[in-house]
Amino acid sequence: MPTPGEFYQRDRTRQPPALTPGYKTTVARSPRFAMISLQNSASEITGPVFGHADVDPGDRDLLTNYAQPGQGPIGERIILHGRVLDENARPVPNTLVEIWQANAGGRYRHPKDTYFAPIDPNFGGCGRALTDENGYYYFRTVKPGAYPWRNYVNSWRPAHIHLSIFGSAFVQRLVTQCYFEGDPLIPHCPIVQTIPDPDAVEQLIARLDLNATIPLDTIAYRFDIVLRGRRSTLFENRLEGN
Amino acid sequence: MAQKLDYLKETPSQTAGPYVHIGLAPGAAGFKIYDRELGWDIAGPNAGGERIRVEGMVIDGMLSPVKDALIEVWQANAAGIYAHPEHPGEVEAGFRGWGRVITDFTTGAWGFDTVKPGAVMGRNGRMMAPHLNLWIVSRGINIGLNTRMYFSDEEAANAADPVLNLIEWERRRATLIARRDDSGALPVYRFDIRLQGEDETVFFDI
Repeated sequence: MPTPGEFYQRDRTRQPPALTPGYKTTVARSPRFAMISLQNSASEITGPVFGHADVDPGDRDLLTNYAQPGQGPIGERIILHGRVLDENARPVPNTLVEIWQANAGGRYRHPKDTYFAPIDPNFGGCGRALTDENGYYYFRTVKPGAYPWRNYVNSWRPAHIHLSIFGSAFVQRLVTQCYFEGDPLIPHCPIVQTIPDPDAVEQLIARLDLNATIPLDTIAYRFDIVLRGRRSTLFENRLEGN
Repeated sequence: MAQKLDYLKETPSQTAGPYVHIGLAPGAAGFKIYDRELGWDIAGPNAGGERIRVEGMVIDGMLSPVKDALIEVWQANAAGIYAHPEHPGEVEAGFRGWGRVITDFTTGAWGFDTVKPGAVMGRNGRMMAPHLNLWIVSRGINIGLNTRMYFSDEEAANAADPVLNLIEWERRRATLIARRDDSGALPVYRFDIRLQGEDETVFFDI
């Protein structure tokens, strides 16, 4: 029986480089020397383990997790759901997925956000959940609004939800953003444009999923997440030595 | 045409943005939503070894502090064991070895308390010097940056460390070594992360 081994190296051609001048903040925050490539050791193939004691079942429901009793946030009710898989298409079970987002008007509950759109008293804007044994996760929330930001004077972020995913190893740690099918702002966004490969951009666009929609209640979008996969050690190549 | 390989591709990264605190440290964004916020207690009450504090700044290419970064740490316990099912050995009850801190909104300073990790067995039976694995995200960082922090009082172990020795330029190795300060009640290791410039921190493609 092959045992799990090292992780596939990250495909940097599908990932944004550090320096992307169209997204201006990267200019002073991007390392300029080449990264040192490391083969996996115990420090890389391990990572934090979370369990049901860390997360409450209600944390995944952004319609209720910050709302006053009997009230709810304003906006289009949506389900965001999908699977966390690895590059071998195997599910990643029991892994922590955290999300955060603006409210339906495009305003974040954050001291540094000064946009005109109002704070929604019934919306916090964050949620978290563990994937089940099949790698499946779901959240209920409102669709976030687009909002302006200071990059060019007329830059607008497409509607998006931020996601943070752990996997089982520190090499799989990932933060990304999911966009929504059909949003005309996507191709104009300097942050989207940090990704050089158009096919990789498509991977960040959640699809309308009418089959998962709850009729007369909540619209669904499907967003699958892929974390790095790992080799099976068919031949001896022990990380630990003997 | 040759056969098609059916591997999936890793989801591309996007910046954590300026409001990362809402999702990953909502208390810092000024609101309480979860009963248990994650990442505040790295070592737990039962961990053996020396209690230490680690402090620093994240500094950008204009030599200014980055005031909206989030750092995660992943470390072994004092015996060099990671709290993970694939790492042989046991850790103390309550030791997770993982933590999360933000840089201060006004000063840019960050810091956390933990225990000093032990040396960890590396590849091919070569010992790795005690180190913390760090991962940094923020606005203007498109994909999380990985680095390691080593300890200034581990000179012999550092000199033999297989990862530090991969760095061709000896003076760049110094960017990964935190300086110990014993003047206070708790030993403090100072570790500044420089994103750019002559003393740019070594980052790893892991």
